[in-house]
This record gives sequence, C-alpha cells and structure tokens, in this order.
Amino acid sequence: MSDLSSAPIPPVGPDDHVRGEGEEGSIVYADLGCPRCAAAWQRLCEETGRLVFRHFPVAGKHPRSPALHAAAEAAGQQGCFFEMVDSLYADRGRVDDPHLWERARGFGLDLDRFEADRRSAETEDRIKRDFRSGIRGGVAGTPAVFDACTLVAVREREF
Amino acid sequence: MIAVGEQAPDFTLRNQDGEKVSLSDFAGRKLMLVFYPGDFSPVCGDQLSIYQEVKPEIEEKGVELVGISVDGFFAHKAFQEKLGIDTMLLSDFEPKGEVARAYGSYVEKMGFANRTLVLVDEDGKVAWTYASPNPGEFPGANVIFDALS
Repeated sequence: MSDLSSAPIPPVGPDDHVRGEGEEGSIVYADLGCPRCAAAWQRLCEETGRLVFRHFPVAGKHPRSPALHAAAEAAGQQGCFFEMVDSLYADRGRVDDPHLWERARGFGLDLDRFEADRRSAETEDRIKRDFRSGIRGGVAGTPAVFDACTLVAVREREF
Repeated sequence: MIAVGEQAPDFTLRNQDGEKVSLSDFAGRKLMLVFYPGDFSPVCGDQLSIYQEVKPEIEEKGVELVGISVDGFFAHKAFQEKLGIDTMLLSDFEPKGEVARAYGSYVEKMGFANRTLVLVDEDGKVAWTYASPNPGEFPGANVIFDALS
C-alpha cells in the first residue's frame, strides 16, 4: 500500500535535475503550468548556488501540466532539461504538442526519441516520484522552495 | 471544533448533481469530510486538485473523500468540471452553513467554513480532526495520510 505520510523531502541525489554548482542552494517543487512558478523561475535561477528542480504537476489547476513535465523529462533524457523548462516558463502561451515538437527540434533533439520518452512509463514514474516526495514533504501549492530540505517559502495566498 | 469520539452529526445535503446524500449513507465506511471556504477560490482549487491527485491512495486505505462548502450544487458542478475532479462536493447551502456549524467549522464573521478535515469512522464517530490556522492555509495531503496511518 502506498505511503504518503509526512517525511522529509529526499536529499539531492544523482537523478535530480540540478542547475548551478556547489553544495548550498534551494530545492523547488514547481508546476510547469503554473503562472506563479513562471514568475518566480527567473528570480530563482538568478540566486547564487545550486537550484534543484522537482516535478509537482497539478492537473486540476493546469490541465497541460502533466504533458509539460513529461516533455521536460524527455528533453532531459537528451541533455536539455533546463532548456525545456526555461522555454516553457518563458512562453506560456505555446504549450500544445506542436509547440513542444518545435522546441524539441530547436534544441536539436531526436524527435522520435523525444516522443517515445515523453510517453514512457519510466518518465511517468520519474515525475510521480518527485510529486510523491513533495506530498510527503507537505507541499501544498507551487512554487514550494526548500532550503536544505526545510520548506522556506510558498506563495502568499488569501483563500 | 467537534471533538474526537463524538457521534458525527448526521446531515442530508445535495451533491454536485443535485442528489441528496446523507452521512448515514456512508455507514460502515470511513469518510474524510473536507470543509472548505468556497468554490473557485484559488486555495480551494489548489487543495481539491492536490487531494484529487492522491485520491486513489486515500481510497486504498478504505476512506472516501467528500468536500463540503456553502456553495449551491450548480456551483459545485461547475467547480468540479473546471478542476476536472471527481471528488463528491456537498452543498451546505440552505440553511447556510448548518452542517459546518454542527461540526464547529463555520466562521461566522466570514460566512463560510474554515478549512477543516473531519475523519468519520465506520460507526459514525469522529475519529480525527484538523482545523487550519486560517482559511488561507490548507493541510497538505500528507496530513491526511498521517491521520490514516
């Protein structure tokens, strides 16, 4: 049976998507369909230190999110994870499949492999793994930023 | 807030399809009541969307998830469709907030329920509760699983 009870988020591991160098930095659980994540992305990338991106797609809020996370993961399998993330956040109006193919071609990716990878069970499992670790860590909205595995910031909300 | 061990007050409310649903309909099953302020608010949308993502795992534990707010059932239907969720939403609409009051969740000065979770056991007794410190915060889904573990 699945266990989604509270647990600290996992430390940074070899499978994580990491931008920047060093041992210090932030871990962000983000949704690629989320406008607030897009607004925060540039600032997070400008902060010094290491930035770790973890998937937290919430389809109810952003129906294209699962497809966008799968596209980023598939691009990552050809070495272009952050290129895809940057591009998706920079141009949120073009997120249909033809736009994803256009991006993949622009990054020089093997399009057939990209298509297969973004629909694979491995990709789905990889995204779910991040999502579930976020749930266990108490993520209740995106972006959720952790400093050394401690939640330090979520977006401000009224109700 | 209603106390753990108390008999959960029975109710009959309309769901998002206008059908009457009573607490007693769930006799013999565990039920997690999710009181929330209102349809279409950003935080309520986040809360119900995230819970929807883990609803299969909640159901694996033998628990049904039901949302309750003071909105009418037509609004519930539209909200459910907007979010693409299938969580049952009950309408505590008239008399407004009567069920939320019975469970100690209603916030008089705001005119809606606080964000509150109430686990009702198979015998209809309150087994666990959680009340958010304010309506702008909702408990992550991990809190539900902590209660069920």
